[in-house]
Amino acid sequence: MSTVMNQRQTVLELRSISKVFGKGAAEVQALRDVSVSVAKGEMVAVMGPSGSGKSSLLTIAGTLEEPTSGAVLINGKDVHAMSPGAKARVRRRTIGYVFQDFNLLPGLTAVENVALPLELDGASMRRAHLAGLAALEDLGLGEAARRFPDQLSGGERQRVAIARATVGERQLLLADEPSGALDSANGEGVMRLIHAACKRGVAAVVVTHDAQLASWADRVIFLRDGRLADQTAAPAGPETLLETPS
Amino acid sequence: MSVRHALLALLSEEPKYGLQLREEFEAHTGEVWPLNVGQVYTTLQRLERDGLVAAVGDEESAEPGPQKAYRITDAGTAELSDWLRTVPDLSTPPRDDLVMKILIAVRVPGIDVHEVIQAHRRYLIELMQEWTRLKEDDDGADLSFALVVDSELFRLDSVVRWLDAAEGRLRRALADGWTPALGAAGAHASPGAAGAAPRVALPRRRLGTRR
Repeated sequence: MSTVMNQRQTVLELRSISKVFGKGAAEVQALRDVSVSVAKGEMVAVMGPSGSGKSSLLTIAGTLEEPTSGAVLINGKDVHAMSPGAKARVRRRTIGYVFQDFNLLPGLTAVENVALPLELDGASMRRAHLAGLAALEDLGLGEAARRFPDQLSGGERQRVAIARATVGERQLLLADEPSGALDSANGEGVMRLIHAACKRGVAAVVVTHDAQLASWADRVIFLRDGRLADQTAAPAGPETLLETPS
Repeated sequence: MSVRHALLALLSEEPKYGLQLREEFEAHTGEVWPLNVGQVYTTLQRLERDGLVAAVGDEESAEPGPQKAYRITDAGTAELSDWLRTVPDLSTPPRDDLVMKILIAVRVPGIDVHEVIQAHRRYLIELMQEWTRLKEDDDGADLSFALVVDSELFRLDSVVRWLDAAEGRLRRALADGWTPALGAAGAHASPGAAGAAPRVALPRRRLGTRR
């Protein structure tokens, strides 16, 4: 399976990323020489204690922040070399974000929230609306389309956030503690949705401290003190567990 | 795991044959715990001896085997009900290999405890990935299986969380000047104690000797 993965198109490549915040005595090295590639259809989870650099890795991968050194390549293109306009387009068209607190705009309905990135990208309101509705229906939320975020349950809000992150032709989904404060059934629901997006070809990076959520990933990488300390082996076949004599 | 009570539970639905009991046991436990038919017959014999099950009809004198069906008795029904309500003894911590290894690792000079912790954490998460893949493939269709997988995931998850907590605690202790060889004697022991053999002070009594 891993060899198949390796032959797949790389959507995100982080090359020797380092990130330093502050200067002099206050200097904090958030990331040190971290390299990670994520292929089309692959889900990578990033684990590590608080302060290990997980969230910095995600904001740098999402082009929301520049690394101090190293390169971010999205679909093979170096983000640093792009014009501001091109970078903004990548952010709008290629990358979807899911945050812990969902970040839905309270004044917009569910479908308007989902359609927003398409509209910002120049799609007609009608086209964006239809695509938003389709994305919500895919997640079983068609009936909630006209409701406002405060009229949705936590689980529904998170599904809307995932619809927004995967609407259109997005190829890279970045999620920071995507199950937030959801209970375990809803947390699992979130991971099933992200996993389903990966099966459709989306590459995903999920930052989490929760081992149960991380276990949905094809690969789990562990950060410690800003370094890539370890990662899980390629997945074994699903049969191995049940063959173990108990 | 109590095969005895699982069989009583299955017989509480209706009288059944041994082979049928084995198949249903495996189906009801998500096929995670295989059971051989010999175990089923031995258990049935003991249940019959204790008056908790009885052979059905004319087969009362026959040896346990494919032709012999069993029904649950009133005593069996009472026993099953009691068992379901009796809490298992969780008061004594099990002797846990992993806990032992970490307790020892923090005392052995020259051992990178973080590396030891990470090796165990990685293995646990790889196991969890395998269970999650099984859960994903099944997609909740088999309730028993989903319950068993959840239970395994929560169990492994609790170990990962303990490792996380242990690592955090160790980090704070090291920041406070704790060192492996001095740890047991306290941070203010004489410098000469640093080279002494590690004191592996395991709380034996509290860890108990169950299993």
